[in-house]
Amino acid sequence: MSSINAVTASRYAADYPSLKARLPGQGLAWLEHLRTEAFNTFSQHGFPSPREEEWRYTNVSAIEKKLFTPSLTITANAVSQDDLSAYQLQDTWSVVLVDGHFSAADSLLAGLPATVIVMSMAEALVTQADLVERHLGQAVHHDEHSFIAFNSAWFTDGVFIHIPAKQLLAKPIQILHLVTQADVLATTRNVVIVDELAEATLIETFAATGESLAYLSAAVTEVFIAQNAQLTGYKLQSESDKAYHFCGTYVKQARDARFTQHNFEFGGLLARNDTHTDLNQAAECTLNGLYSGINRQHIDNHTRINHLQPHAISRELYKGILDDRARGVFQGRVIVAEQAQKTDSQMNNRNLLLSNDAEVDTKPQLEIYADDVKCAHGMTVGQLDEKSVFYLQSRGVDNDTARNMLTFAFANEMVDKITVRSLHDQVLEHVLSRFPQEGVNKEWL
Amino acid sequence: MLSIKNLTVSVNDKQILKGINLEIKAGEIHAIMGPNGSGKSTLSHILSGKSGYEVTGGSVTYQGKDLLEMPPEIRSREGVFLAFQYPVEIPGVSNIYLLKAALNAMRKHHGQPEVDAMDFLTLVKHKVKLLEMDEKFLYRAVNEGFSGGEKKRNEILQMAILEPKLCILDETDSGLDIDALKIVSEGVNSLRSPERSFVMVTHYQRLLDYIKPDFVHVLAHGQIVKSGGAELALELEEKGYSWLEDLAVAQ
Ligand SMILES: Nc1ncnc2c1ncn2[C@@H]1O[C@H](COP(=O)(O)OP(=O)(O)O)[C@@H](O)[C@H]1O
Ligand SMILES: [Mg+2]
Repeated sequence: MSSINAVTASRYAADYPSLKARLPGQGLAWLEHLRTEAFNTFSQHGFPSPREEEWRYTNVSAIEKKLFTPSLTITANAVSQDDLSAYQLQDTWSVVLVDGHFSAADSLLAGLPATVIVMSMAEALVTQADLVERHLGQAVHHDEHSFIAFNSAWFTDGVFIHIPAKQLLAKPIQILHLVTQADVLATTRNVVIVDELAEATLIETFAATGESLAYLSAAVTEVFIAQNAQLTGYKLQSESDKAYHFCGTYVKQARDARFTQHNFEFGGLLARNDTHTDLNQAAECTLNGLYSGINRQHIDNHTRINHLQPHAISRELYKGILDDRARGVFQGRVIVAEQAQKTDSQMNNRNLLLSNDAEVDTKPQLEIYADDVKCAHGMTVGQLDEKSVFYLQSRGVDNDTARNMLTFAFANEMVDKITVRSLHDQVLEHVLSRFPQEGVNKEWL
Repeated sequence: MLSIKNLTVSVNDKQILKGINLEIKAGEIHAIMGPNGSGKSTLSHILSGKSGYEVTGGSVTYQGKDLLEMPPEIRSREGVFLAFQYPVEIPGVSNIYLLKAALNAMRKHHGQPEVDAMDFLTLVKHKVKLLEMDEKFLYRAVNEGFSGGEKKRNEILQMAILEPKLCILDETDSGLDIDALKIVSEGVNSLRSPERSFVMVTHYQRLLDYIKPDFVHVLAHGQIVKSGGAELALELEEKGYSWLEDLAVAQ
């Protein structure tokens, strides 16, 4: 282990004993045990080091220079109506987490069906303790990497969602993670359970209320999708340009369960997203992603798809647009277990580099232990397709406009997949504000 | 309208067009036939301004102007339209967006204001109906996931909306079933006018049953080896290309 990491870990660890007694879930023996184990793991290992394969391209040592500290309570009126309306989606049930704590005043939960549970993790640990115990830590173990251990030991709150069997939700549920203060550590743990034949849409939004706030946001969401149930997940990561963002979504899909995630990564000085899913028999997952980096942003996406049983289908398309000196990373792993015959898997990562100083590292990893499978993958890094430029020119569009249109289109292909209107428009705004769009006429879209 | 004089073209130092001469007057339909690899697409690309080719000799004059000097988008705005043999897919750009961008680029070039949104929709829907396409196509990404036939029909839709003066159709009939071929032909025929000329590049005589050409030219090994009237196409159908290829080699 790197000694620097261990030293830093000890700075964070030194704070922990005083903090621990104030974290939610006091008196729950299983949670006490989990937190202690996770704390020990973190103390030993420190933050991940670039020597670890899964962190090869992403150096998190900058976090050591700062000591981010958790906010132990929610500050009243920390969020103005303007701040809120910038990110809260009106056509959803919206749960707001401010600096890592549930804010009832900012949340919109009226009209939620009585059988559906959407509440803070702190409250769930009191009123739904058994259900939480059976799920928290079951989709990801704190050995996965030390941010998971860190999150398990440190989490101050989060959201607990339970959709009962056969329930079809009329509106999406939004979890809005807002940070309002500099140097804060916002670390939340979320659990989402979708029971048999239920269908739901979950949107996670990450943002800050002030420009250029430096903070550390570290969220873990565990998702359990029961037989033949379906979850469509969206993530819009729009952290401040000085923020450190770590977010992991860990999914367990039962037989015939369907999971789709559309992940949009725009913010952060350093951002790392992990999406892992375990596929049982004939389960289907679609992982779509768009990461767009400018200036000196570093955006790292890791996905892992475990085909555990036969006949499961996975589709993955991640696209990156890197400008200035930005750096993107994509590591996509697909693991097909020995018994997972008839697996059908496609993985694609396409990158557009808009400047000579931009960089991307893309690494597909296929580990196939079954023999009767259909697995394909493709990776590209490059500039715009000249055939497409010419096609547009041949229709009267000048070269510059054609290039802008195609850059926009490269991103818009992913934006177009969003079926929640308000979110679609919000993400579109993010895309439009990123690149020179002379020639892209918003009114025509 | 179009005058091609002794045009020679190379790709990577390999000569592909070896002295093409062709005169096209307003209102005429010219068919260019020839075996695979004879240079038909190369000629179409050269006329529309695709890069990657080297014009080593000759000239192309379009409406009295040097066509080869114009950037591709200017050719398009001046009325040259190529229906591609292999139209590209452009995920993220909807068909209707491209149609609007193309039409407005042309209007701007001619000093006209942007098309009114309602007029545009009426026009597009009318043309979509003419080509028996589903209106849903308008909102799908350009050619993305389209079948071969749908792509070709989409090219003709763009042509019908832009109303170009010189229409070059590069193997638009290849891969079309007979019903689609009839629809596409009707679309083309509806555009026929004394001011508009067509260059129909094709591999099969069948297209010419539906769109009657004024002239037929046979391209082989980068040269026009024979020109004639519509009856030449029938002769080709009967005898194949080999006797003409021999002719090209002899020349
Ligand atoms: N970009 C290129 N590089 C090298 N050779 C080419 C290129 N484009 C065309 N050719 C060659 O030029 C010849 C004519 O091609 P093309 O114009 O596509 O023929 P056609 O359309 O009549 O089938 C062929 O021999 C082809 O291989
Ligand atoms: Mg061809």
